[in-house]
Parts: sequence; C-alpha cells; structure tokens
Amino acid sequence: MTIKEKAVFVFAEQVDGQITPVSFELIGKARELAEKLDSQVVALLPGFKVTNLTQELIVHGAQAVVIADHLDLEHYRTEPFTQVISQIIEQYQPEIVLFGATSIGRDLAPRVAARIHTGLTADCTALEIEEETDRLLMTRPAFGGNLLATIVCPEHRPAMATVRPGVMIKRTPEEKATAEVIPFEGSITENQMYTTIQDVLKKGSSKHDIQDARIIVAGGRGMRSREGFALLQDLADVLGGEVGGSRAAVEAGLQDKSKQVGQTGKTVRPVLYIACGISGAIQHLAGMEESDFIIAINSDTTAPIFNVADVGIVGDAFKIVPKLTEAIRSERENR
Amino acid sequence: MKIIVCVKQVPDTTEVRIDPVKGTLIREGVPSIMNPDDKAGLEAALRLKDEQGAHVSVICMGPRQADTVLREALAMGADAAYLISDSAFSGADTWATSCTLAAAITKLNYDLIITGRQAIDGDTAQVGPEIAEHLGIPHISYCEDLNVEGSEVVVKRQFEDRYQILRAKMPALITALGEMNVPRYMTPGGIFEAYREKQIILWTRLDIPVADGDIGLKGSPTRVTKTFPKQMKQPGIKIETGVEESVQFAMDKLKEKYLL
Repeated sequence: MTIKEKAVFVFAEQVDGQITPVSFELIGKARELAEKLDSQVVALLPGFKVTNLTQELIVHGAQAVVIADHLDLEHYRTEPFTQVISQIIEQYQPEIVLFGATSIGRDLAPRVAARIHTGLTADCTALEIEEETDRLLMTRPAFGGNLLATIVCPEHRPAMATVRPGVMIKRTPEEKATAEVIPFEGSITENQMYTTIQDVLKKGSSKHDIQDARIIVAGGRGMRSREGFALLQDLADVLGGEVGGSRAAVEAGLQDKSKQVGQTGKTVRPVLYIACGISGAIQHLAGMEESDFIIAINSDTTAPIFNVADVGIVGDAFKIVPKLTEAIRSERENR
Repeated sequence: MKIIVCVKQVPDTTEVRIDPVKGTLIREGVPSIMNPDDKAGLEAALRLKDEQGAHVSVICMGPRQADTVLREALAMGADAAYLISDSAFSGADTWATSCTLAAAITKLNYDLIITGRQAIDGDTAQVGPEIAEHLGIPHISYCEDLNVEGSEVVVKRQFEDRYQILRAKMPALITALGEMNVPRYMTPGGIFEAYREKQIILWTRLDIPVADGDIGLKGSPTRVTKTFPKQMKQPGIKIETGVEESVQFAMDKLKEKYLL
C-alpha cells in the first residue's frame, strides 16, 4: 500500500476504546486540506485491541488508517506513543500531522515534534492551505485570546498542529465508506523514558461533556451561590441542556472545572447558549462566541457579553431565569 | 537532590487591553509577572526542599530585565539563579527555546526538572516536553501533585475525566499545573538575601553549548506571518425592560428560531 504524497495525518485519540470526538472533527478538517493538496487523509490509531475502531474512523472520512496494536499502548503513555507516531511519520513523510489539543494531544505532539525536529503550533482555531504556496496557515489565539496569530512552518515537514476541540466540524458519517487499514511496521522498545501507571482515579463529575451539548446554560460570578446555579440547572433541565460556568464561577467553587467554558476551559458551539451573570471577559468569549444563538442576562448594561449576544437582557438573572424556566415549561406542556 | 526549575517572565495577560481604534495590544502599564504555572512548579520544588532537603536552581530565558523574576524566586527560597539572555536567542519558537534551555541545563547537575505546564502569553505547553526529549529523559505533564520516593518521582497527572498516578525514574521532567499549590510569599529576609547576598549568574550565547541552527528566530521551524485582533460578531438586540417583558421577548425569539 502506498500513501499519497503530501498526505494529511490525524492522530486518532482513543481512551478506553472510545474515540475522542475531536478526532472526528480533525478528520473533517483534514479532508478539506487534503483536497486542496490533491492528497488523502490518514488516521493513526495506536492502542491495544482497537481493531474494531478503524471502521468508525473510515465512516467519518479517514481514507486510510495506520493501526498500531500493542500491549504497551493499552493506556496512554508518552514514550511508547511517541515511538509509534514518530516512526509512522518518518516512514510515510506526510505534509501535515494534526492532533486534538487535549491533555493527551498536548503531551504527545511536542514530544513527537522534538523527536523528528519540526515545528508545532498549539491550540489552533483555524487551518487553511495558502493558495499558490500550498503552505498550511495555522491560526491560534495569543495573549490570552486578545489577539490571533497566523503561523507557518516554512521549511520543516511535516507541519504539525494541535487543534482545539469543538472548533472544527465533523463530516456527515458515510456508513458504507471503505478504506485500507495498514498495520504499523515499526518497533516499540521499552527504555528509560517509560513511565509506569500505578493507579487511575476517575473524576467524580458527571459524564456529560458540555462540548456535546446542544444547549448550554452558563453562569458566572453574578450567580453568586449554589442556589443561583440551581436556578440554571432548572432552566437547563427544561431545555434538555447542560450547565456550564465561567472561569470566575469555577474559581468560586460554583461549577466543576470540566464544565468551564473559555480560553482555559472548553470551546463550545451549541445551538443555544444562555449566559447568566457572566460579564464576558475576552477569555470567556473565546470559548463560546461561535454558538449559533446567544442570550445574555446581566444586570450591568455595559457588560461585554452583550457585544456577542443575539438577545441581551439587562436585568436580574435571579428574577428572570426562574420566570423563563416557567414560561418554557408551560409552553411545552401546552403543545 | 538537585532540582532545576524553569521560569518565564510574562505580561499579566488578564491586564492586556486592545486599543479600540488601532486594534493593537496596549502593552504600557501591563505588569510583568512570574508565569503562574512556573511559580507553582517553583513552590513544589521548595516544598521538596523543605521536606527532604534539595538544592533548587532557577533558570530563566529572556531579556535582562527578566532578572526580577529570578530575584523573586531567590527571595522565595531558591538557592541559585541563572539568566540566559542574548539577542542571539530572541525570536525563538518552542523548538529553539527548548534547545537553548536543554543545552543550558546540561551544564548543571539535576535529578528533577520542573517547568510550568504553559505560559499565559503563549499557552503552548510545548517547551517542557521538548526539553525532556532533547535531554533523553522522561517527562510527565499536567502535574497536580508530586512526590519523590527513592530514585523515582510519583506524579498525580490530570486528564479531562481522570487522574493517573504515574512513576518515572529520575532524572525526569515534570510540568506543573497552577492549581497544584498556593505559592509562598517572599519573606523580608528572603528579599534582602535575594538582592544583597545571592547572585544571578548571566549566561550569554557563548556560555550555552547549542548549535547556531537551533537558536533564535533562524533556528525556529515556525514563523508568525501575521497577528490581528479578533473579529467580534455584531451585537444583536439589547433590551432593558421589566422581568415579564424580558421573559416574553426571550420566548418570542426562541420560538422564532425554533429553539423550543
């Protein structure tokens, strides 16, 4: 099997045999880039007993899959994963390699980039191929989201990037798609850089990932208390959504870190985002302004959140949210 | 035990503002601080020193005025401080920065290297793992807790939905999360020592055993081609009426957009 020149490789991240959603988003974006380059998208799947996951990658747009199935790859560890990804890159010489900007991707990608000596751009929010030069233009927030910077990797190949989850769009699954699955031909060698996993502690917070939510009701410092967040939960429940929080709310202990929206939390693009008592620091806006429809409720008429809101309501969220919950509930019951 | 902590001086990005007319960063009046994740890493090193005994060296790469973060580190309790500063190193991306720091580190003895997970002005989280790769040692990133047991370091490593308790043989590199601890304050005695007794050792280009092709802008595989302020979307409708009217307005809009 030969892989086309100028291929776009995507690291297919899986945890406990589940592919992380950002991997599908990356494949979606990679297909656009590969079409411009007249090439193809190859998913790289390291793991143990993961053969059953290849079809899912193909259904989402991978045009070939390189699979490395090995006991050392059962749980993510930096060194064996670095060995596999580096060897695959050296063998096939792709043009571009993409990783999700997850806590795994942001650990693995720099180690790989340093091993193969190439450039790496972190946390990209836009990727495109430059006309004429065919260079990859990688755009990312800088200075805490105050600026955007476009970065290129002129001479070294592949160009590598980690990409923020929730930003790129996955393709509509094609159930009947087929593609070649290629086994990894390199070797995995235990060395002094191996770490040992002594224990795994699952976090207690709920399983629902706010990045998958169609509707998010988010609260900030203005919601003041657990009682305030209980009002948001009622609204989220009646809408079938999830509750998120700003950094201020997370730091005040009102919301779990896994539900934080913003530059240092998660990027979300739900169908509906209701921001309650959130002033709208630029770091927060960076994580939610791509939402389809934004309602903001805040008592401060000058709050920057109103600059991105489709509907801005100046008022007391403690009074408005319960009434809104009630109005939606009765609307649904009367249908 | 010998510990090296890498720290960076950064603008406090929470204080950065955009000039609304020119669309550029307003840097004047923005305070320079020790990067928060790095400061947590320094605190972790100082706690190991308190508990087990250790020699803590701090390294910073940056302009000459970055010596203030090294003085702060000395005043908190670090034993030695090195400033890597030369125009030959400027414009470095994460590859060139990590090559320079790794080469500087080879001049020192170390059992443990601690960096912050990421700096608030770049947010890349790349330099720590890249230093470890250049030195051929293991790294564990996203560290929320850390302990040294014999010749191994034991780390509570954060993931999105879980923690791993990981062990690595030393020498090893750890990248620290800001939330791992609350850094101590400088003490008056510490400040006195930092400015009067302790020295900052300055290393320039010739002091660092690194290839010309791996430093500064020329040694950087990546290039910034342009920076621009973020395009904000146009604001929608803002209303300032009573509670009932506001709720009714929101309901009308939700129905109009088929969101109910």
